[in-house]
Order: sequence, then structure tokens, then C-alpha cells
Amino acid sequence: MNPMPASTIWFIPLLPFAGFLINGTLGRRLPRAVVSAVALLFTAAPAAIVAWLWVTMRAVGAPDAIEVVNRPWIAISGFHANFAFTVDRLTLIMLAVVTGVGFLIHIYSVGYMAHEEGYWRFFAYLNLFMFFMLVLVLAANFLLLFVGWEGVGLCSYLLIGFYFKKKSAADAGKKAFIVNRIGDFGFLLAMFLLIVHFDNLDFSQIFATIAQNPQWQAQGAHFLPAICLLLLLGAAGKSAQIPLYIWLPDAMEGPTPVSALIHAATMVTAGVYMVARCHVLFNSSPLALSVVAIIGAATAIFAASIGMVQHDIKRVLAYSTISQLGYMFMACGVGAYAAGIFHLLTHAFFKALLFLAAGSVVHALSGEQDMRKMGGLRTRTPTTFWCMSAGVFAIAGIPPFAGFFSKDEILYRTFTSPNPLHIALWLVGLLTAGMTSFYMFRLWFKTFFGEPRVDPHASAHHSIHESPWFMLLPLVVLALLSVVGGWVGVPAAMFGSNHIERFLDPVFTNGTAAEAVAATTGHALELVLTLVSVLVAVAGFTIAYVFYYEKPGTADALAERNSRAYAVVKNKYWVDEFYNAFLITPLLMFTRGILEIVVERGVVNGSGQAAGAATRGLAWIERKQISGNIRSYAGWLAIGAAAVIAVMIFGSSMWGTR
Amino acid sequence: MVPTAYYLVLAAMLFSIGIAAFLIKRNVITIFISIELMLNAVNLTFVAFAHMWHQVSGQIFVFFVMVVAAAEAAVGLAIIISIYRTRQTMNVDELDLMKS
Repeated sequence: MNPMPASTIWFIPLLPFAGFLINGTLGRRLPRAVVSAVALLFTAAPAAIVAWLWVTMRAVGAPDAIEVVNRPWIAISGFHANFAFTVDRLTLIMLAVVTGVGFLIHIYSVGYMAHEEGYWRFFAYLNLFMFFMLVLVLAANFLLLFVGWEGVGLCSYLLIGFYFKKKSAADAGKKAFIVNRIGDFGFLLAMFLLIVHFDNLDFSQIFATIAQNPQWQAQGAHFLPAICLLLLLGAAGKSAQIPLYIWLPDAMEGPTPVSALIHAATMVTAGVYMVARCHVLFNSSPLALSVVAIIGAATAIFAASIGMVQHDIKRVLAYSTISQLGYMFMACGVGAYAAGIFHLLTHAFFKALLFLAAGSVVHALSGEQDMRKMGGLRTRTPTTFWCMSAGVFAIAGIPPFAGFFSKDEILYRTFTSPNPLHIALWLVGLLTAGMTSFYMFRLWFKTFFGEPRVDPHASAHHSIHESPWFMLLPLVVLALLSVVGGWVGVPAAMFGSNHIERFLDPVFTNGTAAEAVAATTGHALELVLTLVSVLVAVAGFTIAYVFYYEKPGTADALAERNSRAYAVVKNKYWVDEFYNAFLITPLLMFTRGILEIVVERGVVNGSGQAAGAATRGLAWIERKQISGNIRSYAGWLAIGAAAVIAVMIFGSSMWGTR
Repeated sequence: MVPTAYYLVLAAMLFSIGIAAFLIKRNVITIFISIELMLNAVNLTFVAFAHMWHQVSGQIFVFFVMVVAAAEAAVGLAIIISIYRTRQTMNVDELDLMKS
């Protein structure tokens, strides 16, 4: 029946790992062409396997999910975990995104990193990332997922700090890692709770247990919401949601392909994937779901508002990523998991495209990232311009580009969801959509239109040039995907069949409560809502057009008039400063005051010094005996012999034994 | 017939005198002689016990001790002469090369 042995699935993550081993150990000595060939080959092969897997699983009569268990991993009494992979349709979408987009970004990197030092190191890390990300999406239990989860965090750290000689890059890497630790702490606690209550970490078994025990929900068992909220903390760390989003903007210190792959398309969506994967858990707790939705909506609008005033092209995209991830969380929070995953898919296309195009712009300008020093690049870099335009239109939600369908689906689902806050959530989402449209077109106009504001000194010896075709090819492919990627989810109201939703049905059979509502309200409402969101997107475009194309300077004047409000947004609501003042500074004071002085110097150093002093004291006594005087040695010998004889003669009577 | 205890007391006295001389005296030759005294005290106990138990092995052992002592005396005197040649002294308190 199944022409492909299930064990082939093991090769999907292991091939990039092999690439990592080759490039990581031998890469320093290999020529660049070989390094890139290895890296590309070992990511193209998993992509091919995934394509094959896709075909097999879509065949008539193919099972909904394939389980691959290789061998037991941890087996102790009462608890066991396996090295187990599972492939269902959700995994299939994630696999396609990770391998497909990942491969394209690998191609792009060959061009982008061509002049960089540490070329082999970059590709080794990138392949390692692919390995961990694939483990993450393939894992059949929480523990293996956690392995991937930590692994991508590690690679993220390594790649953000790729230019480790630059202090800001090294610091950004550390920040990302530490903030993620906080989330991972929540994840770990959630796993401990799962072990306590389920004796298991296997997805299917936990979900089956929950399905068999509906009374937990009725009686209000406290552990289910606790587990969900702790998992949410983990997801918030990885997916950069409030309150742990602060690491993502700083993560832009890494090379641009890294921002595209890890901090836009794949790793940061791991949180969304995890929430969707655990939908049974989350569905069992309306409280946790509401928290997910509220956090998502709050993050979406919060990050979008910051994104509107940033000048660094990559930071605008970073805040945009946070905002879009907030959208996905909001979708999950209202139970529309399929819509969230749909947005994840389209977002992977257009955000990777936007980052790569931005990287191409930065590359053309020899490293300039400030949008105030760009402009008029439309004619200089035409291919980049057209690709970027596809991405901008897609994320802004202009029909019929990809982002329009997924974003609209989320907004519609939010509006019709049974959540008591649904109207408020929808309004926030709508406002965010408008802001998204505004800041994306702001970026578009500032970069590609108007007068060139490029610093003449900087560009004197290095003229503005279009990127090599190695970089343009992935751009073109992603641009096409950004245009057509949304067509898999055209809703019924627009004469489509919402294919992706049908596709994910076997996974989210419990998660489509909203669908029942949708079926009853009819298409009229959906069309009205769609119209509203399109109007909002067009409004965002118009404002950006007026501000940054027709009358440049309007925005500055407006900012001056509302200087206080502008300052608040401009300074990112002082969240970093707040964390610094209320968390980091006390923590550092505690570390330096208590830990360093009392523990480090007192306990650790103190015990070491005490041991040293004791040894020295004993040695002092010992040294007195080693006089070099032969008669003193003889005396000690005689005393010793006398003591031995005394013990031999009187010993037994003294201790009274035998 | 003299009781064995007398021999043993004599041997103990000789041995103690040997130890005392070894510890007190500073001259290397005297120390060497005190070692010989201790060896002979031990020999005396061997002979005494051999006589008491009517076993000849103790007496044979004494011969071995004597042979070894003779060899040791030869080596020891050679070392002493060598020390005297290099350091011009017989006083052990000045021979403290082993002191760290």
C-alpha cells in the first residue's frame, strides 16, 4: 500500500545533521563552493523526501497520520519516552514550510554570505538549525519536541551572535537565549505537570486521556489550565509574544537570511505550532484559550504600533513579525487553529520574502539599514523592487495576495467566535491590519520611491547594484508563493472551498467549533467583514501614500504635534527600560551583592581557601618533623615501634575483644 | 640451668642501651656500633629461644644475621669513610642533606 518505508522519515532531520557534521568539522578546510554544495544538498534532499511524503499521504486511502517509533529512549518504572516521530497533516504543512522555505533561504545565503568571514560556520549552523527544527515538528511527544525546541534556541543564539566580534550582536544573542530560557522554564514545568497527571508525554496518549475524561473539564480540574498557561509561557518565549517579545527586535543583529529563516518563517512559529499541536489541551480550558487570544491580540497591536515609527528596515520587519505572530496566537485563542496555521504558512512565504528582499536592499547599499538613507531604489534594483512589492501587498492584506485570505480568515473567525470578547478582539485585529498596511507601505515608499537619500560618501566607491541571481532566484520563487500561496484557503464565500481547512480537518476535529457558527451565519456577514478589512488595508496604504510619497514631511509634522505620544511609541513604550529597571537591575544587584560577595567569595572561595589553609597547617606540623636530623628520624621510628608493640601486647586486653 | 627469662632481660637491656646510644650519640661510628649492639641483642634472644624450645633453626638464623651484619658493616664503614672524605666530619647533626 505505502510505497515508502516509514523509516525514511528519519532521514528528513538526519540529513541536515550530516550536513552540519561535514561543514562543522571539515568546513574550515573546504573551499566555499564545496561548503555551499554540501549545505544545499543536505537541505534539498529532505525537501525532496517531504515532497514524496506529501504525495504518499495525499494518496487515496493513505492514513491520516504515520507513527514512527525507533527505540525507547527513557524507560523507568511508571514513565517512558520514545524516540518517536509522527507525521500528520499539520506536521506535513510545517515540514513543507521548513524544508521548502529553508532550502530557498539556503540558496539565498550562498549569494548573501559570499563575502563574509566564517562562511562554513554559517552554513554549519544553518544546517544544524534545520535538523532541530525538523525534529521539533516531527516529534511525537513533548520531550522530543523540547529537544528540538532547545536546539533551535541554541542555533538562534549562535546565528544572532554570528558577528560575535560586534558587541551588540553578542549581546543580542545572549538576550535571545536568556529570554527564551524563561519561556523554556514554563515549558519544563508544564512537562513535569503532564508527567504527574498523565504519566506520559506522548501527544496521542495524553490527548486520548483527556478525551476519555470529560469530567475533568466539568469539575474544573485545576491542572489543565495550569499546564496550558505554562505551555503558553513557553510559546510566548519562542514566538516572541508579550511579555517575552523583547528579544526578537534585537535578534536582527544576525545576518539577514537568519532573520528570514529563523526569526520570521520557522523558529518563531514554533510556539504557534505547539499551541496548535496541543489544541486538545487548550480546548479543555476556556480560560487558557482566552489568555492566548488576548495575548495574541495585545501583541499584534502593540508591536504594530512600534513598527510604525522604526527607521531600521529590518526592525520594522521584526516588529511586523511579532505582530503577525500575535495574529496567529489570536486565531488559536479563538479556536480557529486551521486559520492560525494557514496564516503561519502564508506568513512564512511573505515574511521570508520581505526579509530576503530587505537583505537584498541592504546588500545593494553595502550594509545600510536606515530607511532615512534609502529611497529611489525602484529603478536601481528592479527585481528586488517587484518581489518586495509582492510581499508588501501580501502582508498588507490586499486581495488576491496570500496574506489577504489568511488574515481575513482569522478576523472572520474571531468575529464569529463564541469568546465573550470576540468583538473587541476583532476590532483590535482590524486596527492592527490597518497599521500593518500603513507601516509596510511606509517602508515601501521610503525605500523604493522618492529622491535617493543615499549617503554619497558611502556609495562612492561601491555603487548601488542589483543582487546576484543566487539571491534573486529565491526572491522570485517566494514572490510567486506570496501571490498564489493564499489561494489554498479561499473561503466558500468567495467561491473557493477553503482547501487548507478541509486538509487540516483530521487534525483539528475538535478545534472547529467556530465552523459550526460560520455555517449558520451565512456568507453575507463574511463578505461584509472582508470588505471592511480591505477598506482598512486600503486606508493604511492611502495614509502611507500621502505621508511618504505625496507630501513627505507630513509624518514628521504630525509627530512633532503629538510629540509626547510619538516619544512613547518611538521609545517602544520603554519596555526594555522597564525590564532593565525592575527585573534586570535588581537581579544584577542580587547577583553582585549577594551571590558574588556571600556565595562566590564567602562560600565557594572561602571553602577553597579553608581547605588550603588546613592543608598548610597540617603540613607545617609535618615539616617540623622532617628535620633532616637522622637521630630524630630514628627517634620517631623507635616511638612508632614501641607504639606498635604496645598495641600488640596490650591492645586486645584494652579493647576487650576476643 | 639459667632460666630463659634472664637471657631475655639481658637482651632487652642490651637492645635498650643500643637504642639509647643510637639516639643520644652524635658520632657516626658510635651510632654504627650501637646498631651492632641491637643486632646482637636480637641474636641473643634467638639463641635463648632456640635453647628453650630445643630447635636448631633459631641458632642457624643467628648465623645468617651475623653474615648480613658483617656485610652491612663493610658497606656502612665504606659509606662512613666516604662521608668523612667529602664533609670532614663525623657529627650526624651536620649531615642533614635530606632536610628539604
